[in-house]
Amino acid sequence: MKSLCLLMCFSLAMQASAQSTAEPTPARQHELIRLVRQDCGSCHGMTLKGGLGLPLLPDSLRDKPASSLAATVVHGRPGTAMPPWKTILAEGEAEWIVSRLLTGFPKE
Amino acid sequence: MDRVSLIDRVSQGMKNLLVLMLVLLTGCAQQQLRGTGDLGVVIERAAGRIVVVDSSAHATLGTVEGLGDLSHASVVFSRDGRYAYVFGRDGGITKVDLLTQNIARRVVQAGNSIGGAISQDGRLVVAQNYEPGGIKVFDAETLELLADIPSTFGNNGQRSKVVGLADLPGNRFAYALFEAGEIWVADLSDPKHPQLTKYCDIGRQPYDGLVTPDGRYYLAGLFGEDGIALVDLWKPEQGARKILAHYGRGEEKLPVFKMPHLRGWAVAGGRAYLPAVGRHEVLVVDTSTWQEVGRISVKGQPVFVMARPDARQVWVNFAFPDNGWVQVIDTLDNRLIDTLAPGKAVLHLEFTPKGEQVWISARDDNRVMIYDTLTRKPVGELPAQSPSGIFFTSRAGRIGF
Ligand code: HEC
Repeated sequence: MKSLCLLMCFSLAMQASAQSTAEPTPARQHELIRLVRQDCGSCHGMTLKGGLGLPLLPDSLRDKPASSLAATVVHGRPGTAMPPWKTILAEGEAEWIVSRLLTGFPKE
Repeated sequence: MDRVSLIDRVSQGMKNLLVLMLVLLTGCAQQQLRGTGDLGVVIERAAGRIVVVDSSAHATLGTVEGLGDLSHASVVFSRDGRYAYVFGRDGGITKVDLLTQNIARRVVQAGNSIGGAISQDGRLVVAQNYEPGGIKVFDAETLELLADIPSTFGNNGQRSKVVGLADLPGNRFAYALFEAGEIWVADLSDPKHPQLTKYCDIGRQPYDGLVTPDGRYYLAGLFGEDGIALVDLWKPEQGARKILAHYGRGEEKLPVFKMPHLRGWAVAGGRAYLPAVGRHEVLVVDTSTWQEVGRISVKGQPVFVMARPDARQVWVNFAFPDNGWVQVIDTLDNRLIDTLAPGKAVLHLEFTPKGEQVWISARDDNRVMIYDTLTRKPVGELPAQSPSGIFFTSRAGRIGF
């Protein structure tokens, strides 16, 4: 079981480095998944179906350009409760989060 | 009847009696009589489960599963302290029997809910909902729906998210409308015919509310501007006014990664201790004049600012990324007296009924830490999976809890 997991992590890492250099490391991805579920979840709900913040499920985001969603994450939306995350998240990390939100966000 | 069969029957009868006695005995062992005054509930947010705890024994009595999405859960108690009403994010209200650790009743009443309250007489349970926006009123005994009050505002039928629901004397409830910027008071003394009083233009984006422990003042914290909206419920004709306006002194506020929470615990010894939104400060207000009388610099943006029941100390936890700390204020001179690190991601704290201990949930360490409030040293700890809210039955007897 353990070796299988290691193998999977390894192949994920391989994939990641093949795709783009900006992709977060598997360990960081793990942290980001937790951050989104727990800390974004305090406004968007742990299941991301919305709360004080809008739903972040694929269906609700489909028609919105990924780049503007990533900009929302980095810079926030002034006048609303959506804060800027630029002190916590690098732009590449925000893009990674948005790409995962658009396809269905991984569970912890 | 011959002799053998008689003995057989007698011994069979004895056996039956023995079995019966055993059943009775074990039955008794399971349901030993006890009170609920020192019981409480810890939310395991990710698992959709609650843990029933005993704050005297520092022990877990049992767990109850199947409560749905508890990512923003809150709890109120029946006035006999036996039942916990657990409000889940998914609109679920679950009535849990603390003594048997069973679900007594459960309804799913909305798509997206943020909490609830129980009436002064204990007969009504009210849920505050984001989606569809409004409050719903239920019979506390049966969870049967009695009234549905949509938070419709403006001219186009839009509904607002409801925040800050608090029970008031006279089976009334106060709450605030996030998008609308209004405070509503619903008189449910006749639950099938609710009477609404609306206070409009109270300020931008109220995020939570509280009623003072005497039931006189309702305060709604504002997110969209500096300040707090205040209604004197003893003089409703005066309308709402704003206190602490411009507490940010025009400075740009820090990004707010988590909304602060308000409840009656903020009021202690003639003062209210309130979280400053987007600032590393606790604001101190005199509750007779509602003027600011001080501010205390703290380690992060306060989320819960809670007075110990005797009002001598105020304990504060913080928003991400400062959520590993808890600080303690001495209310005699409004000075910080301690900084604690109870664990990773401190989400909530709850005092024992008379405040000699405080329970603190550390979500990412999967534990609840118990501190002595006098020495501020840990005196116990309980394992729990991603614990968030902690609620003790002593809330049952307090207005606004
Ligand atoms: C303090 C509350 C809060 C937190 C925490 C928060 N958000 Fe938001 N977010 C909002 C609100 C409110 C909106 C809606 C803004 C509006 O009205 O346009 C929003 C909007 C968004 C949107 C745009 C959705 C759309 O349909 O346009 C994205 C994407 C988003 N948030 C992602 C995140 C991510 C990722 C995190 C965590 C890193 C996060 N948010 C944390 C409150 C929050």
